[in-house]
Amino acid sequence: MKAFISAGSHRGMERVYQGILTLLLLLLSFTMIVPFIYVLAISFSDSSNYISGGFMLFPKDFSWEAYDYVLSGQGFLNAFKASLFITCIGVPLSIGISSMMAYMLAKKTLPGRKWILNLVIFTMLFSPGLIPNYLLIDKLNLIDSWWSLILPGLVGAWTLLVMKSFFQELPSEIEESAKIDGCNDLTIFFRIILPLSKAMLAAFTLFAAVAYWNTFFSAIMYITTPEKWPLQVFLQQIVVQANVNEFTDSGVDMTRNQQINPEIVKMTAVMVVTAPILALYPFLQKYFAKGVLIGSVKG
Amino acid sequence: MEDTLPQRLPAQIAVKRKPSVLREIAQHKYLYLLGLPGMLCFIIFKYLPLPGIMIAFQDYSVYKGILQSEWVGLQHFITLFKDPDFFMLFRNTITISLLHILMFPAPIVLALLLNELKNATVKRWIQTFVYVPHFVSWVIVISLTYIFLSKETGILNNLIHTWGGERIELLFNGKAFYPLVILQEQWKNIGWGSIIYLAAIAGVDPALYESAKMDGAGRLRQIWSVTLPSIIPTVIIMFILALGHTLDTNFEQIYLMQNPINSEYSEVFETYVYKQGIREGEFSYTAAVGIFKSTIGLILVLGSNYLVRRRGHEGIY
Repeated sequence: MKAFISAGSHRGMERVYQGILTLLLLLLSFTMIVPFIYVLAISFSDSSNYISGGFMLFPKDFSWEAYDYVLSGQGFLNAFKASLFITCIGVPLSIGISSMMAYMLAKKTLPGRKWILNLVIFTMLFSPGLIPNYLLIDKLNLIDSWWSLILPGLVGAWTLLVMKSFFQELPSEIEESAKIDGCNDLTIFFRIILPLSKAMLAAFTLFAAVAYWNTFFSAIMYITTPEKWPLQVFLQQIVVQANVNEFTDSGVDMTRNQQINPEIVKMTAVMVVTAPILALYPFLQKYFAKGVLIGSVKG
Repeated sequence: MEDTLPQRLPAQIAVKRKPSVLREIAQHKYLYLLGLPGMLCFIIFKYLPLPGIMIAFQDYSVYKGILQSEWVGLQHFITLFKDPDFFMLFRNTITISLLHILMFPAPIVLALLLNELKNATVKRWIQTFVYVPHFVSWVIVISLTYIFLSKETGILNNLIHTWGGERIELLFNGKAFYPLVILQEQWKNIGWGSIIYLAAIAGVDPALYESAKMDGAGRLRQIWSVTLPSIIPTVIIMFILALGHTLDTNFEQIYLMQNPINSEYSEVFETYVYKQGIREGEFSYTAAVGIFKSTIGLILVLGSNYLVRRRGHEGIY
């Protein structure tokens, strides 16, 4: 009897405990997404309604004018072209080259493997620093070229180590039987291993796409012509430097310019630059946690 | 096709008796071929810059190049240590790093809380939301900060104003710099950081919880005596990795948050190297600053890894 009562009150306590926990964590997750919702709401609001506006989560007087303004500017088109180029070229190259090399490193019997692995790990421990990297890009004649934003980021030690652990976990019997059936290492990799690794590849595709889409630092270092700057620099110019006109201006008449509140232009720019990532995220989300964890942190 | 088993076995035995590098390579030629593009990338972009370190010991001239420039020994390092800016850079870098290390347990706490949640659907939704900020760029994070906190137009100040208070300056304010930077970092990465600990917690043997319950352990006691000790190896590895990046203050974040008013608190090694080196062209001197930073980083990782191994835990290498 006594045990029964205590179990009952225990269940009540448990409900309260779960309730508080849920509330706390929901609050945390709201702080993560409310900024985006707020910015989205204002970006779709009519200028006349946004003066020193209060907090809003839905647009007042729905209007496309700010998007019309930002998207029609030559500055946005240039920046979008740059970001699209470095992402579309960089991601497949990066995933292809990294997975191929990781597969090689996963073969424990390969002569020289230990050597190559150590050289890869060394790059995690010591970096020569900004200046030597800059001088190299300069020597390769890549300054002011989009390739300077793509090539240095193609392979990284962390990606290789995680991919390598993933390949090592795959059952080796598949490869052995493929070998007996007459496959060589190339056909095994492309016809058997890659199709088996879709979840892992999806995760790394997301990471690579995000990395290339978010390129900022290398762009301000290596790209000297403003017309070639990618989206993140475009956004920085508009929001942080408050150069609303410099980038969006061309081709739009001034009378229309003055009607749009610069704050709305800023928020619209934030949404335009973030949208592709936020659109991609739900599709790949189910893969990435798995993808990261397969390798765990250990090399 | 020629690689079928019966033919290959005698070949392997022959190699063992008389090892020949060429034959080894020929035998695995396709594997090396797969790794070749990646190895080339490593050689070009990670190893080719290494000789560039030498310019820190030279009076580097762009026209003469690394091979022809004059050697000056440790002069740049001596100038660096005597430079009054050096103390400021070092202090700011260390302050930011220590604050980051102080926040190291935050994702662990989040993982523990998420793990306590029974409702799987709610848990999945919350996880989806807290991971999102990790994927947006630092430019977005700083843009949002400007949009929310700006003195004239930010929502926070607008609200304070409507309620009759004085507008407060947070962006052009040295004192607010560190709290803002830490908050941004937590907002962006706390969820993502919790993934690895959630996985570690998921790997704990449920029998341990059962026996803890039998012994009368409550919720907190179970976390303290079962969960935490079980994830300690993961925590240690993550901590070593964090220490290794101690001096890597996040360039993009710091650079974008920097302004003339807060520069006394916000100038760190990386922003300094960028400004003085690439913008002002002082290659040799700033290369020396870079080497100083990388070397301290290397010592920190190797040192902490060594200490962890001596205490009997598994390190990262």
